[in-house]
Amino acid sequence: MIDLHNCARKIRKLAIEAIYHARSGHPGGSLSVADILAVLYFREMQVDPANPFWPERDRLVLAKGHACPALYAALALKGFFPPKETIGLRKIDHFLEGHPDVRIPGVDAPSGSLGMGLSQGLGMALGSRYTGRNFRTYVILGDGDMQEGSTWEAFMAAGHHKVGSLTAILDSNGLQGEDTVANQMNFSPLAPKLSCFGWQVLEVDGHDMGQLCSALDSARESADKPSFILAHTTKGKGVPFMENQQIWHGSSTLTDEQLHQSLHALEA
Amino acid sequence: MSELSYWNLGESISLRDAFGRGLTHLAGKRDDFVLFDADVAGGTGAKPFVNAFPEKTIQFGIAEQNMVAAAAGFADTGIIPVVTTFAAFGVMRAHEQFRTAIAYAERNVKLCCSHLGLDVGPDGATAQMLEDLATMRAIPNVTVVVPADANQLMQALPAILDHKGPVYMRIGRSPAPIITEPAAGFAIGKAYRIKEGNDLTLVATGVMVARALEAAERLQQEGITARVINLATIKPLDRNELFAAARETGAILTAEDHNMLGGMGSAVAELLCQTIPVPMKIVGVQDQFGKSGEPEELAERFGLTARHLTSAAKELLKHKKSPQ
Repeated sequence: MIDLHNCARKIRKLAIEAIYHARSGHPGGSLSVADILAVLYFREMQVDPANPFWPERDRLVLAKGHACPALYAALALKGFFPPKETIGLRKIDHFLEGHPDVRIPGVDAPSGSLGMGLSQGLGMALGSRYTGRNFRTYVILGDGDMQEGSTWEAFMAAGHHKVGSLTAILDSNGLQGEDTVANQMNFSPLAPKLSCFGWQVLEVDGHDMGQLCSALDSARESADKPSFILAHTTKGKGVPFMENQQIWHGSSTLTDEQLHQSLHALEA
Repeated sequence: MSELSYWNLGESISLRDAFGRGLTHLAGKRDDFVLFDADVAGGTGAKPFVNAFPEKTIQFGIAEQNMVAAAAGFADTGIIPVVTTFAAFGVMRAHEQFRTAIAYAERNVKLCCSHLGLDVGPDGATAQMLEDLATMRAIPNVTVVVPADANQLMQALPAILDHKGPVYMRIGRSPAPIITEPAAGFAIGKAYRIKEGNDLTLVATGVMVARALEAAERLQQEGITARVINLATIKPLDRNELFAAARETGAILTAEDHNMLGGMGSAVAELLCQTIPVPMKIVGVQDQFGKSGEPEELAERFGLTARHLTSAAKELLKHKKSPQ
């Protein structure tokens, strides 16, 4: 039995170390999404690190591409590339681009421009049905994705086409680039909106492994409705001085002291 | 399965009609592509395909950004999406989706758009896409194809499907005269010399190829021999054919149903000014929006007829250097 909490803790540590070495990168959202990534890669998804292009593999689109330090950490821990590579993040001669790039082993879609992730995932899910491969597709959205119009085009189309193999998980930490979501462009309540669009909506604490696992189980059982998991999360989760602090959304340079404090907190 | 057919020289056929026919024919022969439509199959010419192969058609409604990004994801499963809509929506509205989700990731997607240039006619400026060549060719990894007539389009279709990687293809709307023989074939990246001449070269693309041929005939009557090149691939350019044209004729006139800024003429100028600089003229729409009118009326109003090309050619020849 894999210890998902331990996986998430390792994802957070690798992500923070990568951002420290890069002297830039988005720590807040990387920390909020870590538990979701841990559950997906270490419990839910069928992938083969030795064969990253295995046609039958489940797909993951990190629509909130700025949280890629956490994605790269998860991929490294899963075995797609050695964990020591994660400190090459954002370096000119290194393969770990500042936002996801399909040339990185295990990355299924480019992202970083909000609003394109769900559509790409929808295309994969439609392709899964068309080819009869029946793999599942997971899209991790950020709050910012919910404000892009094209995301709603994708919600509409996925409901219309009854793409049950598609699951969207919103890492809803409530803070965006410049302010709170509530102040910038409030999109609550989501559950009635998405139900109207033909989605099964599930609401969970995005740091509770048990709740995430049961929601993903329900998603797997849905034959003809795509599933939307509204995961309430805390920006900066696991590093007390970052938690719910707006300034840690954006690209940040961590001091030696901040790195030390972060790793110490994550060891606890 | 419909028979693949070609048309005779001099017939007038809409490229979008040929597109629907060609795609339907190919779907009977190969299983590696599907059609993406945004509620405009009647307008893009894809309707016969939609009717014949509903199971190979995916409908996205009027939501092009989602359609284009979804094509990127779909292509990841090994099946080629042939994405169809009007160019204003497929190229412009979904431009960033095409750039990031398709071109950056080198997805095997074919974006085939109708409603280009003044050739659109009465629908007017909002539908007359005059900027697509400029924006699409500026994106890395993208191949840009512009068939000149229905025969060429029929051969371009299997060629773009066989080519691995993102392709943008322009498909004209109005009936266009058949000027290419099926035997001429089609290869991506090849420019077709369709008339010999040594005094200057007319490099034309799309609907302007027929007008360039007509202009060359008019020039001939005045004792000027103009070479005519059908530049059916805007990117990558056929460097050797353009180098030969510059070397052997010493003057280049380009012609496109597109803004004269950033399009085919710009592409040719970028190449030649850095290698074999020769006097050039770029004929296109003079950095303005189109308007309603019949295509031929618009060509007259905006300076895109054979007569305009003829006078531009004579003007250009004044600047051509005499042989040393």
